[in-house]
Amino acid sequence: MLTSKLPELLPIGDAGIIALLGYATVFFGIILLMVVVMIMGKLFIAAENKKKAAIPAPAPAAEEAPKAAAPGTAGQLKLHDVESKTAAMLMAIVADKMGKPLNELRFISIKEVK
Amino acid sequence: MINVGDILLNLWNSSGFAALFSGFMAQGGWQNLVMLVISCVLLYLALVKKFEPLLLCGIAFGCLLTNLPGAGLYSQELWTNFMTEGHEAYHSYGTILKEGGLLDIFYVGVKTSLYPCLIFMGVGAMTDFGPLLSNPKSLLLGAAAQLGVFAAFFGAIALNLISPEIGFTSKEAASIGIIGGADGPTAIFLTSKLAPHLLGAIAVAAYSYMALIPMIQPPFMKLLTTPEQRKIKMVQTRNVSKAEKIVFPIVVTLFVALLLPDTAPLIGCLMLGNLFKECGVTDRLSDTVQNALMNIVTILLSTAVGATMVGSNFLTLQTLSIVVLGVCAFVLSTVGGLLGGLVMCKLTGGKVNPLIGSAGVSAVPMAARVSNLVGQKYNPANFLLMHAMGPNVAGVIGSAIAAGFLLSVFG
Repeated sequence: MLTSKLPELLPIGDAGIIALLGYATVFFGIILLMVVVMIMGKLFIAAENKKKAAIPAPAPAAEEAPKAAAPGTAGQLKLHDVESKTAAMLMAIVADKMGKPLNELRFISIKEVK
Repeated sequence: MINVGDILLNLWNSSGFAALFSGFMAQGGWQNLVMLVISCVLLYLALVKKFEPLLLCGIAFGCLLTNLPGAGLYSQELWTNFMTEGHEAYHSYGTILKEGGLLDIFYVGVKTSLYPCLIFMGVGAMTDFGPLLSNPKSLLLGAAAQLGVFAAFFGAIALNLISPEIGFTSKEAASIGIIGGADGPTAIFLTSKLAPHLLGAIAVAAYSYMALIPMIQPPFMKLLTTPEQRKIKMVQTRNVSKAEKIVFPIVVTLFVALLLPDTAPLIGCLMLGNLFKECGVTDRLSDTVQNALMNIVTILLSTAVGATMVGSNFLTLQTLSIVVLGVCAFVLSTVGGLLGGLVMCKLTGGKVNPLIGSAGVSAVPMAARVSNLVGQKYNPANFLLMHAMGPNVAGVIGSAIAAGFLLSVFG
């Protein structure tokens, strides 16, 4: 039996119980924390959506000018808030990681995730 | 007229060389010489093989200093008296400061848990909890990967059935188990409280295995997953707002410290460091904690831990058991994380790549990098790093909870 004052040399059965109890405690703590984080996330998302809804929709702008195509991509790649220098570097990294020549890859758009 | 001969004789008698030839070897001094060789091997691993050099270099040098005959930089006896109930030096830091050597004074920071907590503050300031916040379910993988902690604890107790010489007491077993958390500061924090005499062996085992993660984990990742599972591409998770990142460390501190108060020093410092990073108005503090403070504490911590590697303590069958149990703990934690990943993969209908489970062993960010590398071997267009960072930082919280549990049971 487990007691509040454990002996220096623990019997193997008690050690097994403590090991299981410890693993269960970690899961219990983490699951509770996960629930708290999930609730927190939902609250923040709801608050953000509310804020977005409160902002009046902008008047429809005149025909939006087409995004400038990045050079060297046959006019297909669209850059969103990304400099062409950065885009070139990213494409080179992806090509290197995939082990394929750059001209065999097709990039559609590059957008910075904020 | 001064007697030059006497001066030279006194100089010789006070030297370490004289100690070597005057009964030192017979009094167990050979163990110190073996430790000097071991410290050189550790220095080689740190400097040439780049095994966690920032820590192992200091640990190895601390080991070298503490085993120098006659130097008196660290006194094992002082710390034994410090821990002996009823002794006049029991829990007397005054005695340590008055009679101790330089490394004894360094060690006060380990004994009081100051260094591990400050290191945790630095870790917090360098950690981005965004991936975990965007996918809170990844916290479960951080819990699953604590399997090795409790399996190694059980294994250490079970060794008593084979032979008491290689077995361990419950406090020692708890300290060995925490190696499976793959978190150096947590291992040092717990061991300094439960089994300080094993601190050197446990710290060396923990940091060495952490450096070996790219070699230890991949075979088990391949063994437990199919090539199809390794190719699974995970969808991009949601963006996390700044406010959410600021509130997170406060919520975690309140929640975890209330659940397990023994984890409060570690979790509190981890989250304070993270708050410095995220709040945006304490950039100077965040910078100091991440760099200057972290570097200073790393020097003091590593040297002090190395100082505990005194020959008579280290060269035992127990050290060998710790080395074996340590690697078992790492492997079982990896297996636990991977099994958790497989369960999540199954439950989500194949949306979770089980390889991110192995990152739950903490060891930030090495374990997450290993998940990413193994995933890219099977699908070069698969970028698992950010997905693996969730379980990786969850592992830090998980190992702190495991340490808190062990401390509340055995402390």
